[in-house]
Amino acid sequence: MERFGIKTPVRYGINAFLLVAFILAGYLITQGGALGRAQNIMITQVGVFIILAVSLNLPAGYLGQLPLGHAGFMAVGAYAGAIFWRSGLLAGYGSVVVGLLIAGVVAAIFGVIIGVPALRLRGDYLAIITLGFGEIIRVIIMNLPSITGGAQGLQQIPRHSSFLVVYICVIVCCLVIHMLMKSRHGRAILSIRENEIATESCGINTTYYKVMSFAVSAFFAGIAGALFAGNQGILEPNNFSFMMSIDILMIVVLGGLGSMMGSIIGAIVLTSLPMLMQELMQGINQYRLIVYALLLIVVMIFKPSGLMGTYDFSMSHVLEKAGGLVLRGKKKGGDA
Amino acid sequence: MSSHHDPRTALLPERDIHKIPVMECRALGIDFGGLTAVDDFNITVAPTEIAGLIGPNGAGKTTIFNLLTKVYKPSRGAMFLNGKNTKHMTTIKANKAGIARTFQNIRLFKEMTVMQNVLVGLHNEMNYNLVDAIFRAPKYWRAERIAKERAHELLSIFNMQDDGERKAGSLPYGSQRRLEIVRALATNPCILLLDEPAAGMNPSETSDLMENIKEIRDIFKIAILLIEHDMNLVMGICEGIAVINYGRVIAKGTPEDIQNDPVVIEAYLGKERENAEGHRH
Amino acid sequence: MLFVAQLVNALQLGSIYALIALGYSMVYGIIKLLNFAHGDVIMVGGYIAIFSLAAGMHPAVAIILVIVGCTALAIIMEKLAYTPLRNAPRISVLITAIGISILLQNLAQLFFGARPRPLHIPFPTGSISIGEITLAYPMLITIGSAILSMLMLNYIVHRTKLGKAMRAVSEDTDAARLMGINVNSVITFTFALGAALAGIGAVLYFVRLPVVAPTAGAMLGLKAFIAAVFGGIGSIPGAMLGGFAIGILEVIVNASGFSRWTDGAVFLVLIIILLVRPAGLVGKPTIEKV
Repeated sequence: MERFGIKTPVRYGINAFLLVAFILAGYLITQGGALGRAQNIMITQVGVFIILAVSLNLPAGYLGQLPLGHAGFMAVGAYAGAIFWRSGLLAGYGSVVVGLLIAGVVAAIFGVIIGVPALRLRGDYLAIITLGFGEIIRVIIMNLPSITGGAQGLQQIPRHSSFLVVYICVIVCCLVIHMLMKSRHGRAILSIRENEIATESCGINTTYYKVMSFAVSAFFAGIAGALFAGNQGILEPNNFSFMMSIDILMIVVLGGLGSMMGSIIGAIVLTSLPMLMQELMQGINQYRLIVYALLLIVVMIFKPSGLMGTYDFSMSHVLEKAGGLVLRGKKKGGDA
Repeated sequence: MSSHHDPRTALLPERDIHKIPVMECRALGIDFGGLTAVDDFNITVAPTEIAGLIGPNGAGKTTIFNLLTKVYKPSRGAMFLNGKNTKHMTTIKANKAGIARTFQNIRLFKEMTVMQNVLVGLHNEMNYNLVDAIFRAPKYWRAERIAKERAHELLSIFNMQDDGERKAGSLPYGSQRRLEIVRALATNPCILLLDEPAAGMNPSETSDLMENIKEIRDIFKIAILLIEHDMNLVMGICEGIAVINYGRVIAKGTPEDIQNDPVVIEAYLGKERENAEGHRH
Repeated sequence: MLFVAQLVNALQLGSIYALIALGYSMVYGIIKLLNFAHGDVIMVGGYIAIFSLAAGMHPAVAIILVIVGCTALAIIMEKLAYTPLRNAPRISVLITAIGISILLQNLAQLFFGARPRPLHIPFPTGSISIGEITLAYPMLITIGSAILSMLMLNYIVHRTKLGKAMRAVSEDTDAARLMGINVNSVITFTFALGAALAGIGAVLYFVRLPVVAPTAGAMLGLKAFIAAVFGGIGSIPGAMLGGFAIGILEVIVNASGFSRWTDGAVFLVLIIILLVRPAGLVGKPTIEKV
């Protein structure tokens, strides 16, 4: 088979270089003042939603279960992170990192608590239990004003969500989930989606993998929540309603269940488009959810794999293809 | 009705009397809501034996496989794997204890590649943890490389080594059945259960499969228990056969014994004599 | 005496939940679909009542219109969105159901506004007193008509040919098809039957709580679904039992002064029941065919 192959270390090098270049370019552009405040907030918001979508894609796309309470995990992380940051226990980047970790870990703990009962059962109960969880979390936040500020919300949250912080988190989230999926653990998760009984007869502990992917998903949702808090500066319980969960689900479904690239592109388009459209046309927002709902139905009926299918973009594949073409052009029919 | 067998009677007692059987069932039974699906099921399978489970449709053969692999919990009786009682095992533990299977209605991971299917079977042969995977530790690379080589070897039994990157669901039917066998073998079992491995295969594919099954037994030194309707295959490769009807073993023995057993002939062809002592009809 | 009054109150709420839970349970029993939009059908029923009453219709006509409207909506929903997905993965159907639910809510918001609208269905007022206990007519009528509807449903499912077909399809779809049953029309009939009961539930619900908003059906539907799971999803007596149980639970939580935690308590019960007895109170554990 004639193929222009790139050796693994080189491939990793290319990807690392591209990521660093992206972060640097973004950092220079956002810091250089080339963009207005609204644009900066939008770029940060896009990053937050990339994390949310990529992390929801793990259980919804790869594992094949449907959690409807992603906003709940996001809320837990947002409040945990915001409360820590407001306490001013640490300063500088140490505070940012510790706050994000706390947000992720607290959300992951909730993920395990919710996941264990919900995932023991087959079928649609997970959807209902997680939906219920999302609502309960909101009720709890509303009714604990001494800690969460109640319905008034939390104000004056340090604005830690700079471009650098958010997009480093985006890259860490995507890399961790990518590395996870391209390992024996990821194959186990995929095989559960494909056929649970066959997976068990291969000696794979399906419950462990379900709860694990659920917890990893909640972890990153929690981090996204904290970044959301650090971007907005204010938190209100109603930020994390069922509609937030649906917004995230929408991104994942449109991008393609099981495609990380789809989730990323979906997040960019669906987060920036309404914000850009808002500037063009007033009142467009009331049609947004109608369009979303119709899209959900139409996509499920006509293209259930989403717009990107399970296609995953890989820079090195593109380079390999290009290289292969060059190679073929140089020596026709040459041996490998 | 054939006489009740002593629970300890082996399929071929004269051959494996000195060895620990790889699998032994004692009076295994299961009820579904008052209906007895399997009752008083006793068999013993010796290491490296190829044994067959035959019987009319609906006799309870697949139910027996589900009992053996712990998909169903038995209502009565016990089952031993290599002398170990499997009472508290789940499907997962049973597989780790050495029992692997294929399914009558193929259960491949259809959207995954052939290679990935086999690698899922090799899951427990790899030992790197989550952190190793995320940081791509040397352990990860080594385990993945060895596993891929092993998968390649296993696929080459059926000459499928070049199909590694194809989607499992896109394979022809016969290859899907063969891939299921490879995936089961990948879990490194000591007994392999095959549920109608030749279903949907043409005669030449079936005779290839017979050779493959013998080859697998000889290479891996494992026992094989198969359910099959193709009598040429069963009589051609099984050393011991148990016949099931209405959830009970009605005959056991060598292929010759079975072919001449009037009870078996009756179960398959129906009653010929009017006053034959019958079963429930 | 407060106790008896509260009990009747709980039974009123419970019978509404039970009527709605039946729709979830029957549909789930037959095609294993969690019909997310079932609750929103009730909301649409509320708006139908508002407009038909505003048009000067006789209340009885308006009530019938609500029931017919809900049934028609469910049939349209089933034909347009669920039928094309008959062989699709469960997750696709579930996402579609969520899509329909959001669509109905937002269309209602677009046409009728987000603000709740009052709805006064003329209902016999007054009450009867037994000793010190006063029972309002609407409460008694609600409980009575709910029980009557369930008896009728029971008759349809167990005594008619269509009912037999329904039970056959839910037992084994393929076998039913081989027996010459038109599975698709049986499924549509099940949706229609569930929606008709939801229509009755809608009338009774808005008599109790006379405001309609685009999101009125969402939480109600969710609680009714929990009632169905509580009783044992797929089982008709289970749905009734679960409905009453959730109604009683809510009234107890409210009466103890924790009204802000009511929704939380209902979900907590769901999680507990799924942990302790996943098949529900009267449901049988299912065995997956391998």
